[in-house]
Amino acid sequence: MAAISLQTATMAEEVKLFGTWASPFSRRIEVALKLKGVQFEYIEENLSNKSPALLKYNPVHKKIPVLVHNGKPVAESLVILEYIDETWKHNPILPADPYEKAMARFWAKYMDDKLWPAATKVVVSKGEEQKAVIEEIQEQLKTLESELKEKKFFGGESLGFVDIAANIIVFLLVAQEALGLMEILTEEKFPVLHEWYQRLVDDAVFKECVPPRERHLGFFKARFGSSTASK
Amino acid sequence: MLKNSFLCSSSRVSIASLTVVAMADEIILLDFWASHFGMRVRIALAEKGLKYEYREENLWNKSRLLLEMNPVHKKVPVLIHNGKPICESLMIVQYIDEVWKDKSPLLPSDPYQRAQARFWADYVDKKVPQLYHELGKKIWYTKGEEHEAGKKEFIECLKFFEGELGEKPYFGGENFGFEDVALVPLSCWFYTYESFGNFSVEDECPNLMAWAKRCGQKESVSSSLADPHKVHGFVMEMRKRLGID
Repeated sequence: MAAISLQTATMAEEVKLFGTWASPFSRRIEVALKLKGVQFEYIEENLSNKSPALLKYNPVHKKIPVLVHNGKPVAESLVILEYIDETWKHNPILPADPYEKAMARFWAKYMDDKLWPAATKVVVSKGEEQKAVIEEIQEQLKTLESELKEKKFFGGESLGFVDIAANIIVFLLVAQEALGLMEILTEEKFPVLHEWYQRLVDDAVFKECVPPRERHLGFFKARFGSSTASK
Repeated sequence: MLKNSFLCSSSRVSIASLTVVAMADEIILLDFWASHFGMRVRIALAEKGLKYEYREENLWNKSRLLLEMNPVHKKVPVLIHNGKPICESLMIVQYIDEVWKDKSPLLPSDPYQRAQARFWADYVDKKVPQLYHELGKKIWYTKGEEHEAGKKEFIECLKFFEGELGEKPYFGGENFGFEDVALVPLSCWFYTYESFGNFSVEDECPNLMAWAKRCGQKESVSSSLADPHKVHGFVMEMRKRLGID
């Protein structure tokens, strides 16, 4: 009996993250784990040749990211973020108040439901269609700016759930630069959001979790670049 | 003078009592009777035994209140709790579960089990638009090959849920919970899809049908789901309006 108790006591936390270097969804999980100081093993997946482990841990969607905690998998980035916040309770990323928490969930979902589809459209569209998508994105940024108001971060004094989910904007702006698109998040149009963005990318933990810049620019150029990029 | 003071103090007491009464929770639900998403919220409110004001929205002529309370998506359901709006049905259900946490918890307390419940509810959310607006619509709106294809894929979706449910009484296990709330509103549309599709959910997915009936035995579910015959009538109306009948 004593031997079994000892074994349980010394069983270290085993945390694994299956992700890809260019995915905002797996990068989000890295931010959360680092904010909480959780040691983890990172496994880079090749999406055109998914590992048996990934397929075992996420049979429903077969996607990254997947967090595996002591052998038990959790999938879907926003679900994983909440799991991390509830398991490692220090440095909370979600507010404690139920109403504020509901608001945080709403705006994080907004990033995935609105900003992400628009961002994926902008890199594949051309000419007039691309201009229209950029306008749509700017409408969304306007909405976000009025939500942010005077706050330092969406999470308040320090970055939280919504700021982490907003990492999609980083990817969008790298794509914009790589493809030579017109500037999307201008200081002139979005004074508040522009300042927030600088704070976000300067944050000590956040900046460790963005893809290496040159490699990321190269990725967008190779995949979506063409000679007919609009200005 | 004394008399006046007495009157004043008794008025103050009355005002204080009024204030206490007024501070009780004010809950308004903006909804549409046939909405899968709205039914989820109705179930959660009923599970917690909460009194609320239900306001029916005309989705083809949305109220100013709805547009004000949900300016981003302009959709139902919206829960307005003491003047503050919460949108997106699964977020509303979680909010209700967290505020009124002492009665009938819908989410488990263990973080891993909560993550599984959220994962499955999210899966249902991803499937619902396809089930109603693509596959379900093919069943009641189209004929021939398209109808058959829609029906086949619809039944496949149901079979996937059947597989996930297995022999469990509820999706989360022994107790009715978040995942069940997320999916069960679909069951009041079964009769409609069965009629137009000429199939039986019970034959194709016996466990799922048993689960739907089990959930339907709960007062919170039976009082929240739309009447299947009313749903059928609604679809008949839509078919007429679209010129297929």
